[in-house]
Amino acid sequence: MNATKSENAFSFADTLNGENEFDSDEDDFESENEIEFENEIEFENETEFENENSGEPAPSFSTGKVKKKIIEVKDLDLWYGNNHALKNISIGIPKNKVFAFIGPSGCGKSTFLRTMNRMNDMISNCRIEGEIYIDNENIYAKETDVNDLRKRVGMVFQKANPFPMSIYDNVAYGPRIHGVSKKKIPGIVEESLKGAALWKEVKDRLKDSAFSLSGGQQQRLCIARTLAVKPEIILFDEPCSALDPISTRKIEELITKLKKEYTIIIVTHNMQQAARISDYTAFFLSGELVETGKTVHIFENPQDERTEGYITGRFG
Amino acid sequence: MSGQNQTPEKGKTEKNRTEKLMKRNTAYKKRQNLYQKIAFSLMRLAVVVTMAVLIIIIGDIILKGYPAISIGFLTQMPTNQMTEGGILPAIVGTIQLVILSLLVAVPLGIITAVYLAEYAADGKVKRIIEQAVNNLAGTPSVVFGLFGMALFVMYLGLPLSLLTASLTMGLLIMPVIIRTAQEALIAVPKEYREASAALGVTKWETIRRVILPSAFSGMITGIIISTGRAAGETAPILFTGAVFFYPRLPDSVFSPFMALSYHLFVMATESINIELTREIQYGTALVLLAIVFSMNLIAVGIRRHYKKKSFSSH
Ligand SMILES: Nc1ncnc2c1ncn2[C@@H]1O[C@H](COP(=O)(O)OP(=O)(O)OP(=O)(O)O)[C@@H](O)[C@H]1O
Ligand SMILES: [Mg+2]
Repeated sequence: MNATKSENAFSFADTLNGENEFDSDEDDFESENEIEFENEIEFENETEFENENSGEPAPSFSTGKVKKKIIEVKDLDLWYGNNHALKNISIGIPKNKVFAFIGPSGCGKSTFLRTMNRMNDMISNCRIEGEIYIDNENIYAKETDVNDLRKRVGMVFQKANPFPMSIYDNVAYGPRIHGVSKKKIPGIVEESLKGAALWKEVKDRLKDSAFSLSGGQQQRLCIARTLAVKPEIILFDEPCSALDPISTRKIEELITKLKKEYTIIIVTHNMQQAARISDYTAFFLSGELVETGKTVHIFENPQDERTEGYITGRFG
Repeated sequence: MSGQNQTPEKGKTEKNRTEKLMKRNTAYKKRQNLYQKIAFSLMRLAVVVTMAVLIIIIGDIILKGYPAISIGFLTQMPTNQMTEGGILPAIVGTIQLVILSLLVAVPLGIITAVYLAEYAADGKVKRIIEQAVNNLAGTPSVVFGLFGMALFVMYLGLPLSLLTASLTMGLLIMPVIIRTAQEALIAVPKEYREASAALGVTKWETIRRVILPSAFSGMITGIIISTGRAAGETAPILFTGAVFFYPRLPDSVFSPFMALSYHLFVMATESINIELTREIQYGTALVLLAIVFSMNLIAVGIRRHYKKKSFSSH
């Protein structure tokens, strides 16, 4: 909400990350209106090929050296009362990738995730400073409509939380309220359930209560419900922590599939899961962003010893 | 060295101790079991006593009132200074009173509850309102009767009538409706609110589409309690519109009316021949009981229907 505090940001970045990509990120940020970033890691061929193969629109700058970040967080601070829960976080989230947030319990992963669709607005003693840009738009600006934002940034919670309605009504809930014409609703429901890999299992029982589904199916129903409002970004807060391994695997496959069309951020306590499904990883510790980068780099060659300690299970 | 010496002794004391502990443990368990038995017996006794009282009262009313019930009793006007004839106007009056007072209290009460549960910020003002509602719920009904008369009749100049009585009765039952509705709203899981908000749905739409339907059956419970009170309370209608003898069906909400509760009260205390009308009194009580009971059944039916409906597509 505050204007930039770039000095702080620099000192923070310096002490924390030395000479890594953050400095250049900040530079770009200051100097250009378009938010784009140079990031060494992304220059790797692998990423580029992936883009071309999946037929996505090419990166906006033909050099291929610049890639768009759909979310740009800048000097974010958050307090619950006097508890400084997020400390000067700056990070860029690339489009159509899976970004994993890891870190020990209470380090602020959920809190940070919830800043991106402003779910923290619902908590009365929560105070936020700094900026989050989504598609170049500051979501904490006064003119931002929080409900429009949440339509664009969907969220799936730790505990599956379907409404006490039928399976069909759960998925139709969002579009109905957002005024989608009645004729289109059945199509959207089917499409969303297919998108959440649930259609085959429920197509003959759409009128049954959502509570008649298994835990894993309920979680996929919640994903379908989120897809039905057609978001660009989906936030997952430990979506598998209450599920058995098979359901977990299904959700993981689903997430991998979804990244073709959506940008995904997932909070997880499961290192293997982060390694399996994410392209990028950020490690948090007591409200600070310790390290971020490509998942392979974070897992195989962490720069910060705290990251290494966490990943190898020495603490957390 | 010393360790070796101590080992057997230590083992011994250890053994002794476990034995002692086990003994103490069995004694402890026995005592706990006894306590549990006593507690359960007391609870069972309480349930039996409550049920017995209920059955005796209802049984007594049914047995003594049943002979009075006839088609004529239910469909005729009272005659011969109310010592003969039926109680039709009182039946109709009570049903009208209950429905009208619910029409007054339910919408207002639920709106108040939604405000308190969903919108009012936690703080002093909210606590004061809640405490006031609690106090109102415990206020004697005769106070409501006097207040109704002072406000509606003397200040606003409304006639002694069905409307005035219903407004007063509405005030009487409102606190219970507010409390139960508020509890029901608070009991709706926070997850529903979060899920809905995360879809970009406004608070009001969330309340309308998810919270209120989920809280519905809890609210019905409050309405059931209120129905019984509205049908049974006498004091609030005593000064505001119920009359002893009005052998016609009310032609508008502005006419006075007869009610079963008041009818019963008068016949049991002030009628010209209390003994002669005993049977009519019990018959009246039975009819009152039956009305309250069937209204509750309707409410339960609505609740069940609604629960089913909320789980299926429309
Ligand atoms: N609603 C709240 N009110 C006050 N403090 C909160 C609230 N939610 C979280 N916190 C505090 O903020 C800090 C970060 O919590 P958060 O839930 O973001 O952690 P987390 O990394 O998601 O942990 P976990 O892995 O256990 O889910 C903690 O110190 C927590 O106590
Ligand atoms: Mg969390």
